[in-house]
Amino acid sequence: MIIEIGHFALVLALVLALAQATLPLIGAQRGIRAWMALAKPAALGQFAFLLIAYGALIHAFVVADFSVLVVYQHAHSQTPLIYKIAAAWGQHEGSLLLWVLILSFFGALVAFFGDNLPPRLKARALAVQAMIGSAFILFALFTSNPFARLSPAPLEGQELNPLLQDPGLAFHPPMLYIGYVGFSMAFSFAVAALIEGKIDAAWARWVRPWTLLSWVCLTGGIALGARWAYYELGWGGWWFWDPVENASFMPWLMGTALLHSAIVVEKRDALKAWTLLLAILTFGFSLLGTFLVRSGVITSVHAFAQDPARGLFILGILALALGGSLTLFAWRAPTLKAGGLFAPVSREGALMLNNLLLATATATVLLGTLYPLALDILGGGSVSVGTPYYTATFVPLAMPLIALAGIGPLLGWKRGDLKGALHRLWLAGGFAIAAMGVALWIDFGKQALAAAGIGLGAWMLAATFTEWAERIRLFRIGLGASLRRAVHLPRAAYGMSLAHAGLAVAIIGITASSAWKSEEVRQMKPNDSLTIGSFSYVLQGVTPARGENYIAERAHFKVMKDGAFYTDLYPERRQYMVQPMPTTEAAIESHLIGDLYAVVGEGDGKGAWTVRIYEEPLVPWIWSGCLLMVLGGIVSLSDRRYRVGAPSRSHVAQALPAAGE
Amino acid sequence: MRRLFFILPLLCLAALVVLFWRGLDPARDPSSLPSVLIGKKIAAVNLPGLGARPGINTAEFAGDVTVLNFFASWCAPCRAEHPLIQELAAMPGVRVVGITFKDVPVDSEKYLAELGDPYAAIGVDETGRAGMEFGLTGVPETYVIDRDGIIRYRLAQPLDPGRLKDELTPLLLDLTQ
Repeated sequence: MIIEIGHFALVLALVLALAQATLPLIGAQRGIRAWMALAKPAALGQFAFLLIAYGALIHAFVVADFSVLVVYQHAHSQTPLIYKIAAAWGQHEGSLLLWVLILSFFGALVAFFGDNLPPRLKARALAVQAMIGSAFILFALFTSNPFARLSPAPLEGQELNPLLQDPGLAFHPPMLYIGYVGFSMAFSFAVAALIEGKIDAAWARWVRPWTLLSWVCLTGGIALGARWAYYELGWGGWWFWDPVENASFMPWLMGTALLHSAIVVEKRDALKAWTLLLAILTFGFSLLGTFLVRSGVITSVHAFAQDPARGLFILGILALALGGSLTLFAWRAPTLKAGGLFAPVSREGALMLNNLLLATATATVLLGTLYPLALDILGGGSVSVGTPYYTATFVPLAMPLIALAGIGPLLGWKRGDLKGALHRLWLAGGFAIAAMGVALWIDFGKQALAAAGIGLGAWMLAATFTEWAERIRLFRIGLGASLRRAVHLPRAAYGMSLAHAGLAVAIIGITASSAWKSEEVRQMKPNDSLTIGSFSYVLQGVTPARGENYIAERAHFKVMKDGAFYTDLYPERRQYMVQPMPTTEAAIESHLIGDLYAVVGEGDGKGAWTVRIYEEPLVPWIWSGCLLMVLGGIVSLSDRRYRVGAPSRSHVAQALPAAGE
Repeated sequence: MRRLFFILPLLCLAALVVLFWRGLDPARDPSSLPSVLIGKKIAAVNLPGLGARPGINTAEFAGDVTVLNFFASWCAPCRAEHPLIQELAAMPGVRVVGITFKDVPVDSEKYLAELGDPYAAIGVDETGRAGMEFGLTGVPETYVIDRDGIIRYRLAQPLDPGRLKDELTPLLLDLTQ
């Protein structure tokens, strides 16, 4: 019964979405206020119905109602509760429903908080949002109905893929989707602005928080996914340039570019057409990712069960949404009035260069992802695209980007003083060179690229700190006065500093972990010892263990450092009961400059086990860096200008004299 | 001219959509690419062996039913299919050989030390030249070559128990008869 209510709610949501997609649009065109006002209740109602539908699905999973097809396929009565809930989005149908739920959630947020938006812009943006919503609800209803029944109902279900039974991964898809799907709001605003033929600072201020929120969630989602790969797959790596990883990385890169270009529109009324294009393309890459994952054109570890009919449907949505918006762009964007002028060396110039680099980097990732497919279809020979390709193309683009991120914030708007900025950064430069020296010393200069990466990370970190110190005039005026300035700095400024510092920290971690990771694989018997770096691992023994729905072999290592006891590690090799698939649970002990990482493999039956021990330098820095970026985004999101909508310039002007008192 | 710049994104999209459209062709199963090589004689490839193991010389394949598996230590799905390669190696009359694709020999050795070495011979293809001869789309990739040196089967994805049972095993039984 509850399942039927959910199904029915989904249909009702579709009806509301269709109404929301058409009436407000016509209303905005013809100036019919009542029709425009319809967008708000429709958006809220659509969200409410989808919430009911999703609730019904989760309920079916929690009570393990095996008369529902997707529940039978992905749940088992013995599965712990949290993974029953996670199973609701751990498969194609349920995750698609989550997709539309989040889509309508963003629509509802705009409807609810957007009372001070220009009514036409709001009506049009919500209508565009509902168009996407209708398309995806139709998709769900016709090709991937999560409420399909199974008769007769089986007594027991299959299980959620054991690899996915992990607390980190349980929250990875919702986070990622909020990020992916949230970019739809920027897209809807961009299309609405193109229909209006007007884009200004207020538009940018309206778009930025939604983009920021999506970016925060996408950053968190990607980091969770990478972390999951790191400890669950047991290969000691955390990023594999898999097509599906790339599918989430491309919107992230574009979203980052969009965040930066929207600043230029907001502050200087320039780069308007470019920003609109970015807003369209960012969501375009989200759609592309959805297509790649769900259509089966590319094989990947992440791909959902595939079906060409679904692929065709998503391709249709992608072609319509992007084709429509890009046609609109080609038609309307040339008529946009060009805004403020600026010199090449200026904050605008730096942000534009940032955008170009990010867009090019996205293009290289896109090329790497699609090249095998394209070559195959065109009947050419085949090449494999792996890490070496990305090291050769992506890294050289990322390096100037990071160097630039240190300088850009110190340049003034309109016309910047490059010499002055560099002069203020001499200390940061010295710090970077020192860091590079240390990195060269570590392996006697064998890995110049790694040293450059560490140097750049240090540069960006120090430059970000310098920029903050400049803002509060540290050591130039009294410490008390500086402190007052620090308190009164806008939160957006802190957001930027935190996010930039986070990226710097992550870059250092990424560089170090890819350059200086070391690995030992050995057959070990109890009391054997293995030394890696300054740690030696003594295998104490392997004992059977038991979890709620799995049995495991658990190894116990005593780790010694300089002859003294350091820590215990307990890696496991699990065998889930329903799906006969062994999974490894790496034991990881983090400390400031790296991770101890131990994995136990198969036993040989004669008392020895294959054991893999990794020394993973600076990996915790990657996670801390991502956390800092997320934090930076949240702090920036809490900036008061998003709440009051006061023009930011006068806000800064007010804040500064107050600080100088 | 300026107008063209604004139309460019649309043109790129059109190209992508056409690409994907063709990619969705149900006849094209991305996981088992029909290879133009099937039914042809195996390319002449001669590779040095990994460590002390014998290398790969395809000219010497004749007379045996051979399963040729491309793998690499950096390739995650290779690990996943490894137990199935071991099963194949246990089949009577089947010679399982491997080629490490764009892999550092030391890493390949570690990989084999950890997972076991089912291969009768392993060639080292550090540059990817041999991969090109086969039109490799990636690793892992598996070929079956009959006693006359003709390629009879190609799988451009990790081996799975279903394919092993339904496709490979019957073919190999047939070939080794």
